Amino acid sequence: MTATELHIDQQLFEILETVSDPEIPVLSIMEMGVVRSAKIVNDIVEVAITPTYSGCPAMDVIADDIKSAFKAKGYEAKIDLVLSPAWTTDWITPKGRQALEKYGIASPLTAEADKEALLGNKKVVKCPQCGSLNTKLVSQFGSTACKALFQCEDCLEPFDYFKCLK
Amino acid sequence: MDKDLVQYILGIADNALILGQRLGELCGHGPSLETDIAMTNISLDLLGQVRSYYQYAAKNIGGDATEDTIAFLRKEREYKNVLLVEQPNTDFAYSITRQFMFDIFHLLLLEKLQNSTDETLAAIAKKSIKEVSYHTRFSSDWIRRLGDGTEESHGRIQTAVNDLWTFTDELFHQTDADKAMVAEGIGVDVTLLKADFYQKVSSILTESTLETPQLQYFQKGGKQGIHSEHLGYLLTELQYMQRTYPNMNW
Repeated sequence: MTATELHIDQQLFEILETVSDPEIPVLSIMEMGVVRSAKIVNDIVEVAITPTYSGCPAMDVIADDIKSAFKAKGYEAKIDLVLSPAWTTDWITPKGRQALEKYGIASPLTAEADKEALLGNKKVVKCPQCGSLNTKLVSQFGSTACKALFQCEDCLEPFDYFKCLK
Repeated sequence: MDKDLVQYILGIADNALILGQRLGELCGHGPSLETDIAMTNISLDLLGQVRSYYQYAAKNIGGDATEDTIAFLRKEREYKNVLLVEQPNTDFAYSITRQFMFDIFHLLLLEKLQNSTDETLAAIAKKSIKEVSYHTRFSSDWIRRLGDGTEESHGRIQTAVNDLWTFTDELFHQTDADKAMVAEGIGVDVTLLKADFYQKVSSILTESTLETPQLQYFQKGGKQGIHSEHLGYLLTELQYMQRTYPNMNW
């Protein structure tokens, strides 16, 4: 989501963009879509973030990183965790999806294709290494709560697939 | 403090905490790497959900209560989880059957809880429902795979189903806090979920070539804090650090 869609001041947006997801360092938290709002109230930056998964251990780190990013620019920041509306993979920006692929993580498909892929019915997840669709599900759960483990049957590389969450 | 609301939140949240802890025991001990990662990922989701519930409960209790005091500093009888979730990881058949039974119930509960007039509970339910749908898919798949697998896997999963069946009825018992919260439009009437639960479970068991037990006698007590002997051991491990080094922090 862009700064305008979220009504975030450009100057705050630029600082937030420097904070990355600790588990996927190529992705900024803005590209990830976890920042819901940011505004200055009585000289304090109030930032609302939403977790990707309830138990995501990255959230505490993200909150700390946001605070230090603002502190470095002379702001004090206060972080609020909001649950509603619940995060969905649709909030990952097109730029974020590209960054995921480049990093070696297959980006989420549509809900329908995702279901087919995770039930092992159809080969629809593209290998981020060689681009082949000849891939198979190895494990419904992967290295973090948001990912499933796949393997390419052409180049044989295992890779993470970012599960679709609606 | 709204005592009924607090008790109601704990009734839901304690199930997630205790099951999360049980699943966490499998970290590094799962039967295969994939199932190990899966069980601990489910544990992580449940512990994440429980934090949201306990933070909300702490706000309602007021004073010095925090999510940590609720999780770590209560006595055994103050935990209101159902007996099903505290049952041990006897073998993978038991762990996955316990998970399957709880997932089917959990999903039915959250589908209703997301319409609660309490905004926080509705938001937690809406968030959790996405995670629990995935858990349900995983545990149901394993019931099918093991039930319709080899003679050995079929026999072992059937034994687990038969043994754990006695804990299913308690899921649908109403506590006083339940009744009060249902009357206020906050809580879910669990008695209304019962028929759907048995229908869904039975349909997957049949599909997996397993028998649905015809048991008439059921265990209860967890919701009143009267637990099986397994909970004490689990809590001893869960609370060890806070009991040994009070107020310690990471």
